[in-house]
Amino acid sequence: MIEIKKLNKAFGEKVILKDISVDIAEGELFSVIGPSGMGKSTFIKCIIRLLKPDSGSIIVDGQDIASTPSEFKLARVRRSFGYLFQEGALFDSLTVMENVAFGLKYLTDVPKSEYPRIVKEKLALVGLKDVENLKPAELSVGMKKRVSLARSVAAEPKYMLYDEPTTGLDPVTTGMVKDLILDMREKLKITSVVVTHDLKLALEISSRVAMLFNGEFVEVGEPAKFRQSENKAVKEFMEISDLSRK
Amino acid sequence: MKHPVAEYVGRKFLGLAEALGSAALMLKSVVFWFFRSRFEARETAKQAVTIGVDSLTVTALTSFFTGMVLSLQTGQSSKNLFNEPLYIGTMVAFSMLKELGPVLTSVVVAGRAGAVVTAEIGTMKVTEQIDALYTLGTNPTRYLLVPRYIAFMITLPLLTVFADFLGIMGGCLVGVVKLGVPATVFMNDIYTFLKIGDFMHGFLKTFVFAFMIATVSCYKGLNTKGGAEGVGKATTEAVVTSMVLVMVLDYFISAMLVAVGI
Repeated sequence: MIEIKKLNKAFGEKVILKDISVDIAEGELFSVIGPSGMGKSTFIKCIIRLLKPDSGSIIVDGQDIASTPSEFKLARVRRSFGYLFQEGALFDSLTVMENVAFGLKYLTDVPKSEYPRIVKEKLALVGLKDVENLKPAELSVGMKKRVSLARSVAAEPKYMLYDEPTTGLDPVTTGMVKDLILDMREKLKITSVVVTHDLKLALEISSRVAMLFNGEFVEVGEPAKFRQSENKAVKEFMEISDLSRK
Repeated sequence: MKHPVAEYVGRKFLGLAEALGSAALMLKSVVFWFFRSRFEARETAKQAVTIGVDSLTVTALTSFFTGMVLSLQTGQSSKNLFNEPLYIGTMVAFSMLKELGPVLTSVVVAGRAGAVVTAEIGTMKVTEQIDALYTLGTNPTRYLLVPRYIAFMITLPLLTVFADFLGIMGGCLVGVVKLGVPATVFMNDIYTFLKIGDFMHGFLKTFVFAFMIATVSCYKGLNTKGGAEGVGKATTEAVVTSMVLVMVLDYFISAMLVAVGI
């Protein structure tokens, strides 16, 4: 379980997150939506302490990582997370095989001889085959994202964080990524946090949706309840996304 | 009321203090992970090739021609003064071993390998690959910095020995062909007047230069901001800073080594 309490983050004078509090239960698929530049990526990076919050607590399975100075404690907690980066963040100097096997090497005790089999299996999961020896520069944007997803789940994390999982993808790949996120939750029971500006995606896949606006969660609820929100920012966002009351 | 010049100087000073502080924290992390992590043999070997092997050609050309021109100029000056080229081997070897070998090699490595390291780490920073390392259970200091430090510390001294040798050979070639000094006389001048301490003077300096170039290159890479433009800016800053520091440190280390009799 992830418990976030009174989370605050600012960059200089600019306040990004103001007193954010939310609990994310085991097996839940929690989405954070909002316009670009509202701090969605900052929020998700704070969860795994890629950014250090100014104040507040982030409790993952009973361990508060918000202000711990211990690299080892952080590393232990991070082991239970997978993270899909917005641009994939594949290692340019490594092949697809090495990229996907990276987590296996550093996060698990899986013997090296097992890497090729697991990598092929994870690549097949995201609809890719015969790409093991390619470098990231030889892949399309959609393929990079799928390889990145395979890398994130290779070590079978307990929690998955998705940063704009469908940005820059064609409709077919978007549908595939959506199905994958749902599969991760249903088959592997992975707790997921998705940050996206794709309202349609968030409403289709989430168990709960939160709207981040001006540093605060102005609305948090199940998709059906979220659609009925009377909050001005939510209504405007839904109108822009053309999903109002559909 | 704030004075604009004072404000500018103050801001620059604070910026420098902040940079020195975070470079010190980076160094602390490098030392910590050097002793605590398993040896990344593959990554270290890869970096040794990038930093050392790939710098061989340019180091060879630079030192060989430096030795040649040194021999030519010394010989010509000697001819003008004494009507014959005297102690050319001594002069060339002395200059190459103590100063030109280590300094020129360090400048070449700072310009070539230092730029590669900053650009690579900088690109990883702006494309979130450094963050990805954290999420995959790996500390970037352990995976990226420690292998590069080791590679710099091993390859720069070796490259310097190689440069010293080629510089002396270049000097010998010009001495024999252009100045008419027999090779045996050239070599005898070296063996007679140079001591092992003269070699050590230059050799020891390269460890300090290697450490400094690794620190500047890695620090600038890790602190890259602002996409492709930021990578270019960080790379230029790293190369310029390293080159200037090579010259500045050279004087102070030389003075220190002279003071202790090396």
